[in-house]
Amino acid sequence: MAKEYETVIGLEVHVELATKTKIFCGCSTAFGGAPNTHTCPVCTGMPGSLPVLNRQVVEYAVAVGLATNCSITQHCKFDRKNYFYPDNPQNYQISQLYLPICRNGYVEIETPEDDGLKRKRIGIHEIHMEEDAGKLIHDDWEGSSLVDYNRSGVPLIEIVSEPDMRNADEVIAYLEKLRTTIQYLGASDCKLQEGSMRADVNISVREMGAAEFGTRTEMKNLNSFHAIMHAIEGERARQIDLIESGEKVVQETRRWDDQKGMSYAMRSKEDAQDYRYFPDPDLVPVYISDEWIARVRANQPELREAKMKRYRESFGIPDYDIRIITDSKHMADLFEETVALGAQPKKVSNWLMVETLRILKEREMDAQDIGFSPKHLAALIALVDQKAITTTVAKEVFEVMFAEDVDPVAYVEEKGLKTVNDESELRRTVEQVIADNPQSVADYRNGKEKAIGFLVGQTMKAMKGKADPTGVNKLLKELL
Amino acid sequence: MRRRKRTVCLWCRRPLSDNGKRGKSMSILDYTAVELSDQIRRGEIKVVDAVEAVFAQIDGREKELNCYVTLQKERALEQAKIVQAKIDAGELSGPLAGVPFAIKDNMCTKGTRTTCSSKILENFVPAYSATAVEKLEAAGAVVIGKTNMDEFAMGSTTETSYYGVTKNPHNAMHVPGGSSGGSAAAVAAGECFAALGSDTGGSIRQPASHCGVVGMKPTYGTVSRYGLIAYGSSLDQIGPLAKDVRDCAAILEVISGRDEKDSTSMSRENGQGTDFISALQEDIQGMRIGIPRDYFGAGLDTEVRDAVLAAAEVLRAKGAVVEEFDLSLVQYAIPTYYTIAAAEASSNLERFDGIKYGYRTAEADNLHAMYKKTRSEGFGAEVKRRIMLGSFVLSSGYYDAYYLKALRVKALIRRAFDAAFAKYDVILGPVAPTTAPKLGESLADPLKMYLGDIYTISANLAGLPGISVPCGTDAAGLPIGVQLLGDCFQEKKILRVAYTYEQAVKRG
Amino acid sequence: MANVIDDETIEYVGILAKLELSDEEKDQAKQDMAKMLDYIDQLNELDTTGVEPMSHIFQVENVFREDEVTNGDMREAVLANAPEEKDGMFVVPQTFE
Repeated sequence: MAKEYETVIGLEVHVELATKTKIFCGCSTAFGGAPNTHTCPVCTGMPGSLPVLNRQVVEYAVAVGLATNCSITQHCKFDRKNYFYPDNPQNYQISQLYLPICRNGYVEIETPEDDGLKRKRIGIHEIHMEEDAGKLIHDDWEGSSLVDYNRSGVPLIEIVSEPDMRNADEVIAYLEKLRTTIQYLGASDCKLQEGSMRADVNISVREMGAAEFGTRTEMKNLNSFHAIMHAIEGERARQIDLIESGEKVVQETRRWDDQKGMSYAMRSKEDAQDYRYFPDPDLVPVYISDEWIARVRANQPELREAKMKRYRESFGIPDYDIRIITDSKHMADLFEETVALGAQPKKVSNWLMVETLRILKEREMDAQDIGFSPKHLAALIALVDQKAITTTVAKEVFEVMFAEDVDPVAYVEEKGLKTVNDESELRRTVEQVIADNPQSVADYRNGKEKAIGFLVGQTMKAMKGKADPTGVNKLLKELL
Repeated sequence: MRRRKRTVCLWCRRPLSDNGKRGKSMSILDYTAVELSDQIRRGEIKVVDAVEAVFAQIDGREKELNCYVTLQKERALEQAKIVQAKIDAGELSGPLAGVPFAIKDNMCTKGTRTTCSSKILENFVPAYSATAVEKLEAAGAVVIGKTNMDEFAMGSTTETSYYGVTKNPHNAMHVPGGSSGGSAAAVAAGECFAALGSDTGGSIRQPASHCGVVGMKPTYGTVSRYGLIAYGSSLDQIGPLAKDVRDCAAILEVISGRDEKDSTSMSRENGQGTDFISALQEDIQGMRIGIPRDYFGAGLDTEVRDAVLAAAEVLRAKGAVVEEFDLSLVQYAIPTYYTIAAAEASSNLERFDGIKYGYRTAEADNLHAMYKKTRSEGFGAEVKRRIMLGSFVLSSGYYDAYYLKALRVKALIRRAFDAAFAKYDVILGPVAPTTAPKLGESLADPLKMYLGDIYTISANLAGLPGISVPCGTDAAGLPIGVQLLGDCFQEKKILRVAYTYEQAVKRG
Repeated sequence: MANVIDDETIEYVGILAKLELSDEEKDQAKQDMAKMLDYIDQLNELDTTGVEPMSHIFQVENVFREDEVTNGDMREAVLANAPEEKDGMFVVPQTFE
């Protein structure tokens, strides 16, 4: 009889903070500069250079800690983690081991179950501040690697969970939860693909019901939800195979190759994994006073749960819409700002849920990348409300607005898209349609009510969509 | 006012060995830094002449002494013209304007090679200057070169330099002390008017003592460490080596101050300000001076002991209350220091890996071989010894027993000084157990060499300011220094005592 | 000597410190380190129970920079001392992962 196994998963999630500058120097954190153009003596480890802490990093770390129910370590320090690697210019990383800034928190996740949603609490062991490494580019032709330190010193927080997850669904739900929470705080954009959110996954398996954890391995290089799910499946299977064939799981770091669907041990003789942590003598301790914590708490924006509750109470839109809209802080902001400009919530929600989601999906874009402004969406809705344009025209205008954030009022004016309310022009067109389609006219007069639909369509076509179909219908009936 | 030609050592009244090459520049070299700038301001001496005088002296003595790793005569002469113009225009009027300076080669100097006396930084030319150097230059000092030192400041003799040994100007058979041996020897030999050194465990005070000049380590955090290539970051401080106490105070006043680039630099005010020149008063009436009995036990040379106690008597005669006391924990300072310094050094020196700057091995087929070869070929024996020790005491399983233990003892040592400074304004003692050892005598037994730091090391562990002032010579004519230690931020007290002593001795 | 440093330890510390010692140097290093550790072991004579490790001498806290970009493009200066450079980057022997 086959044994049943339980997977035990803990995550180490690295999040790049949304500061303007690096953690210990005044270099820009902007993406996309030519190699080494965002560097200085400090973030390239030049002799004699010294780090000075960016205040905003502490602010963000405290904000994330409070939002994830952590206790804040009011006296915290930085430590050096010593290891040689070319992406690490000092050959030590400034991090926190002994006194991380946040400890003992949790987040609540929901995963789908047979009868609705299952809620579960995932413990957060600690959150610490540290610096990111540079980037290595491999030059296979020359047999060498090239080092770019633009990312070196970009501030990170590492969120270390307890081993509380049991399957990939929970892992994804946990990551989603962290992502929305941190995005809501404005502490990071949390883009997995671009590396501003990265997860290392610690996995072990044990026989169902066993009290002790099995030996865990750490999987690195997971840069999509897809890769995370596959790596968990792959590693679970690998460990079960080892156990069933009587071998032992070795505690090690493994690199996931998503294309091959396999992992590889990363360890070599030259990596002793003995980091010789000690307090960094170049940095002074950080003291986070009660007042400071209170201030961060007071400035905390409304988080997703609270927002969802408020939407339910005040906007009268379906729960499904609320979930989608609040999934992204950016979309929620867009929604609220548009409503604040006088648009009806249900109509705003419709534009977001239908047209916006459609275009995002088509173009493989993220909700965070939506570029049109609330005032333009409000103006577009107003144009429809005033019957100044038809829904058909509105959708065309929206496409342009989505791409270029054009002002719909000006655009409609410029392109002559306004609904024709000029009675004489409409009457002339309708008379022409009646004259051109004697068969349909005859059908209608003979009692075929449906024939009028064709005539409306022909009129709309002749008017290039700029007529109000109800008005056309009315006029046709009158003239027939 | 022209001063009489000085042909004897100010302190020991012995003829200075000059190889007969001092020539007509002699009179300029006789001035202290502050006196020189005064002469320059009054138009008596041109900055260029002062620079030329120093280079003439260098031409005569450098071959024998090897005080410098890098000299920059052309740049210095150019700088001299610029500074002269500023002085003439009244833009520069401070006490260092126009003074030729030497900088220890572990301080970055923009555009000038900075080696730490190591092969691994043989061709390193920084794109920035240390804050202390920037401040000196802004005050009109003219940097003439970079002085030799023990490699990465690890040593007490300036014999571990990749660029050869520096010799003691008082007797070239002896070491100048270290690690700021090049700076001390250059000042003593007239190869500059003053110099900057760094002090991690006595590296300013001990060579100052061995070379018969004044050297001062300020309170930790007084001078920015930005641009100082780190050895033991929690212990390192930059300070002056100079001809007299007034020069020392003037230099320290210029280079100190809070620097936003160094998180550990302190802003000082409320009676603990950095207006050090104001402390130069010949008045120590009623000041309490404590002499730790523990500093006068076995190992202390009797000639050194007598000279130091004689200095204490001079101070007593000037009205100070001098008494002996038990400091305690003295023998634990050295093991504490070597644990902490080696641990920090092992991490600080990781950045020298052949990738971003400095020496890189000629051939290595993979990354780890490149690291190992580069570092093994680039570092000298003493540096490797301390990196190995430091890596070990931080390694898994030993951190608590060695590193944390040392940090706990450091706290106890700090408490012992707190207790002492509750009773005394200043602590007086020797700088080193002996006068300068002979060349080659020290390196054979590293542990014995480390023991020589016993009187200076605790000031670094406790963050205290300390000054070494010449107080005589031994029978062989080698200088002896007396050390004055103050509580943190009490530089003015030790400067006042040092100045009073110096003036008393000068008058004879 | 109370402390004995074996070959394995020296090898291990060499890996941590990225130093490759010759056999002669290794022997010397074993002796030096054992001697230093014996000496450091003196600290065990002191009872430090309840004494907080003192990493910083002064109780200075919260030294910060504000989050403002102060550095421009310094690439040329940063690369000026590179032993080997290509396309604005530092060249290292291939790192395998």
